[in-house]
Amino acid sequence: MQKVLIYDETFEGFLTAVFKVYEEKLKTVQIQKNRNVQSSFFGENEEIISDKVKAERVWSGLQKKLTPLGRNQIYYSFLSEISGIENTMLAYIQQVFSSVESIEKDYANPIVLQLSKIMRSVGREKHRMEAFVRFKLTKDEIYFANIEPDFNVLPLIAKHFKSRYADQKWVIYDIKRKYGLYYNLNHVEMIVMDFPNEFDFTKTSSDFFDEEELDFHELWQNYFKSTTIESRKNRLLHVRHVPKRYWKYLSEKQPL
Amino acid sequence: MSFERIKEKLNILADAAKYDVSCASSGSNRANTNKGLGDATGMGICHTYTEDGRCVSLLKILLTNHCIFDCAYCVTRKSNDIKRAAFKVQEVVDLTINFYRRNYIEGLFLSSGIFKNADYTMERLVLVAKKLRLEENFNGYIHLKSIPGASDELMREAGLYADRLSVNIEIPTREGLKKLAPDKKREDFIKPMKKVKNEIIQYKSEKKIIRSTPKYAPAGQSTQMIIGASGENDYQIMTASHFFYKKFNLKRVYYSGYVPISYDSRLPQIGTEVPMLRENRLYQTDWLMRFYGFHVHEIVNETHQHLELDIDPKLAWALRNIHEFPVDVNRADKRMLARVPGLGMTSVHKILQARKFRQLNWDHLKRIGVALNRAQYFLVCSSGIFERRDLEPATIKGLILQNSASKYRLATSNQLNLFG
Ligand code: SF4
Repeated sequence: MQKVLIYDETFEGFLTAVFKVYEEKLKTVQIQKNRNVQSSFFGENEEIISDKVKAERVWSGLQKKLTPLGRNQIYYSFLSEISGIENTMLAYIQQVFSSVESIEKDYANPIVLQLSKIMRSVGREKHRMEAFVRFKLTKDEIYFANIEPDFNVLPLIAKHFKSRYADQKWVIYDIKRKYGLYYNLNHVEMIVMDFPNEFDFTKTSSDFFDEEELDFHELWQNYFKSTTIESRKNRLLHVRHVPKRYWKYLSEKQPL
Repeated sequence: MSFERIKEKLNILADAAKYDVSCASSGSNRANTNKGLGDATGMGICHTYTEDGRCVSLLKILLTNHCIFDCAYCVTRKSNDIKRAAFKVQEVVDLTINFYRRNYIEGLFLSSGIFKNADYTMERLVLVAKKLRLEENFNGYIHLKSIPGASDELMREAGLYADRLSVNIEIPTREGLKKLAPDKKREDFIKPMKKVKNEIIQYKSEKKIIRSTPKYAPAGQSTQMIIGASGENDYQIMTASHFFYKKFNLKRVYYSGYVPISYDSRLPQIGTEVPMLRENRLYQTDWLMRFYGFHVHEIVNETHQHLELDIDPKLAWALRNIHEFPVDVNRADKRMLARVPGLGMTSVHKILQARKFRQLNWDHLKRIGVALNRAQYFLVCSSGIFERRDLEPATIKGLILQNSASKYRLATSNQLNLFG
């Protein structure tokens, strides 16, 4: 009978589930996030409790067989949150453990190719977020930005922003996943925030933001306009580089 | 800060700077070690793109658009009737810092018209960079324009604060320069370029001995040539480019299709189309020469002075050298794989990796992302069936063009992944 392992959406939880697959030598098995659970007539559901020790055993086993590239193929795929991806990841991990040679660069292997493609998409969005985050200075002198990425890239961009903005406090908030990163001049921590009802993520209201904020915003927009060369205009190319779904929070695209 | 006044200046001085196409902010290695602001160790980020599809990475402005010279191809030229403005040094510093803190930019690209004389201008550019580094603790990217004719002493100082320095040659031939920029002498460009090159070499060798030797222009030098303003051909342009890469260890040469800005009879008239496709072909040639192991004269030479516009230069080379093909995907060395039309460097690396595991066939190649519509005519693999080898180059070209019309229509910017 098919078994469905339900985990708590954390990476640790996922690895714990993988541990269980090996421990109990499960053959027909699926791993699912707890929010996606549907009761099934055919399978048996089992809830997995995240276990740090078990997760670390799986991970260190993988570390022995994979370079950072292979590890990222797994971790980035996890952050993609693509529905059902856990099963492809499990298949990948099983192949890693069962083959003598390293498989991470075998791009003709469909599973490797799939994860490496997902890794590329997630990586692309990581870079995009590093580029498209727009900070606004709040009244309490914190540089605040909100994002709404397709994938859960916050864990991937923390380091970049920390080393770049070491001398200013900042928050980057994922409004889709309802959590953010806060850098307090020392280290980066995860935070959850409550926003007042009248707070509009696409606006720069002087109730919340520094009085010069709108001026800089306007200067930036002006700059953006001045740099375009009319006789070379190319909408198609523009939209390809800056996909429309990201425009909402880009200062240069917002009405003042 | 008076925002109204700054806004006006910014509009004028960003508008005048936009014809300089360089936007690179990579190649430096300035880490944030002092808990200051910024970090220029990474790849360089495009924070947004202009509506003509060019990367916006740096705050690119002129310090002033007052100029004592009268170069025909330049909007800032003395005889042009336009609004003039000048930033104060501190204004540029404040703008840069405030834009950077909001993650709008990777740093500053500061150029200038020449007011009074070369040194007076260069001194102010250097001062901006110095203030950013020493007073603001700024580790972001700084690109300064070397003003033609600036003294060695100033160029030495400039390199201590800037990541990159550049002098634009603009006109690839001596004759063209004489005709369009009579105030300028080729020697005036060469001098600061030479100085910077020598300083870079010297600092690097000192650094090997004394670790605390400061960085000197860690992202190197670049230059720009205007395309289509003085009647030069692609052979002349690429030969000049090759010369500057070799002679001055340049990091990049940029090619900028001339945007008509005046009714001067020496130049293409307003309304003439910007030669964007030609510009793209030149960038592709530049890539072939820097990353694909081609010598410039394999692509343009006495007998082929113009790049073909309808196909990319690698395909053009392959069609002229059809006797080198087909190449065996499972055997060929990296150098030869890189010469196959439709194979970008990424695909080449993937092939080299993947073929260790198994013999590759068409299906594998397709999944790896090879542009088979072009590559198929130049490859054999383990699939047995391959293209009939006796196709004439002209036939191959026709077949390829038929099947890839859209790709060529889009290929009008240097920002594209050139060989996809
Ligand atoms: S010296 Fe420079 S700014 Fe002045 S006209 Fe010539 S190209 Fe333009």
